[in-house]
Amino acid sequence: MRRLLVPSRRPVLLTRRSALLGAAALTTSACDSTRPREGFLGVMERVNQRLQEALFDEDRLAPELPQEDTTAPGDFPQYFLSEAVPLAPTGWALKVGGLVERPALLSLEVLRRLPRTEYRVRHHCVEGWSAVASWHGVRVSDVARHVGADPKAGYVELRSFDSGYWSSWDRPSAFHAQTILAYGMNGQPLSPEHGAPLRLYSAVKLGYKMVKYLTEVNFLAEPTGGYWEERGYEWYAGV
Amino acid sequence: MFSCHAVRTPESRRPQPWPIRVAHWVSVPLLVIMAGSGLQILAAYPMLGTRGRPYEGYPFQGVPPPEWARLGDWLAGARGWHFAFGGFLALNGFVYLLYLALSGEWRRRLFLPRRDTRNAVSTLAFYLRLRKEPPPQGLYNGLQRLAYTGALVLGILAVLSGLALYKPVQLGVIVRLLGGYDSARAIHLLVLASFVLFTLGHVVMVLLHPRTLGAMVTGGRKPDA
Repeated sequence: MRRLLVPSRRPVLLTRRSALLGAAALTTSACDSTRPREGFLGVMERVNQRLQEALFDEDRLAPELPQEDTTAPGDFPQYFLSEAVPLAPTGWALKVGGLVERPALLSLEVLRRLPRTEYRVRHHCVEGWSAVASWHGVRVSDVARHVGADPKAGYVELRSFDSGYWSSWDRPSAFHAQTILAYGMNGQPLSPEHGAPLRLYSAVKLGYKMVKYLTEVNFLAEPTGGYWEERGYEWYAGV
Repeated sequence: MFSCHAVRTPESRRPQPWPIRVAHWVSVPLLVIMAGSGLQILAAYPMLGTRGRPYEGYPFQGVPPPEWARLGDWLAGARGWHFAFGGFLALNGFVYLLYLALSGEWRRRLFLPRRDTRNAVSTLAFYLRLRKEPPPQGLYNGLQRLAYTGALVLGILAVLSGLALYKPVQLGVIVRLLGGYDSARAIHLLVLASFVLFTLGHVVMVLLHPRTLGAMVTGGRKPDA
């Protein structure tokens, strides 16, 4: 067998060995599935995030689907962290802050008076299922205009009253025409199971980025994390 | 003297040039990583079809894949592995295709229906013992060409359906091409199943013809050497 090898000896053996060592290091320490945002997997996540940001087109809309595609209400999953369905505190209002000219407490009535957006799109969950519903509410970009958000605020952070669930977004995705603060689903007011009184809904991110049971929206200059993002899920998570 | 300067036809090349060997062996660990992490992702929702509308064609509806076949510990870990290495597999496939096209190797490797159908049928007849002698062949017989070309098509389909699942809105064109999001998911899984079947057949054939394994490691001898 040996004489069949191509005539060029030592360097080949050296590179083979270092390649094997590299591969071993890669699989043992650098690829840690319990902390995927570190090591090699973390480096690749950041590379992929750049690619996703380059791919993102603010003018590209998710296709609107016909009424008959709507998932039966009982089949649309209802996720929350709390032991029971979280209920809004009395006198609930959305606190909007950060880099804004007019920090505000917005009641549902005020939000309903802002321009209304409605669409029926496919929901993509990180688990792999998809479901269809129609959503209506006010665009994040319209809320930003209402409070005078600073153009330097490149990130939007969203917090909820569901056991501290939260997430944060890049500005282009948050200001996409199909990213709304939704107060209604399938033509009805939002039910407590789906995030009443107000949740984020979007056609350009995975489900876990769409914070339900909103209490706070902050326009920020620096990126922050999120509940699932701290546990290993991707921060960008665009679809 | 002049024969030394004659144009080298593909048939006088070594059976397996180094770019082919490198691309072949690089794809092995990458395919294992993609299959294992893909099955761990499937375990998070081991169903096909839109929520509330089960896909009748899938025989393992609701059954998670076996633990030993999964990689990445949990959904986020598996997604980390899947998206960290998927690009390398696609890149490897792209370089392989580019080499096939530029080197002329595609002529002796790819299945060309007009040229290879008859040989593929004869070879199949030989394997099924309906024929005593195998048909004459060059580097590959028609059935091998069909199988290897099929694996290439599977690879392209894997990348396309994968991109459709990864970016269904930004790459909506691919989703529509594949018949929708849930259909793309079914295709992605079907590609995996086909790859597993291909690999099983491939390994059986290598065990029956061990010399081909040596050629895939060293490159083999030139036919005229």
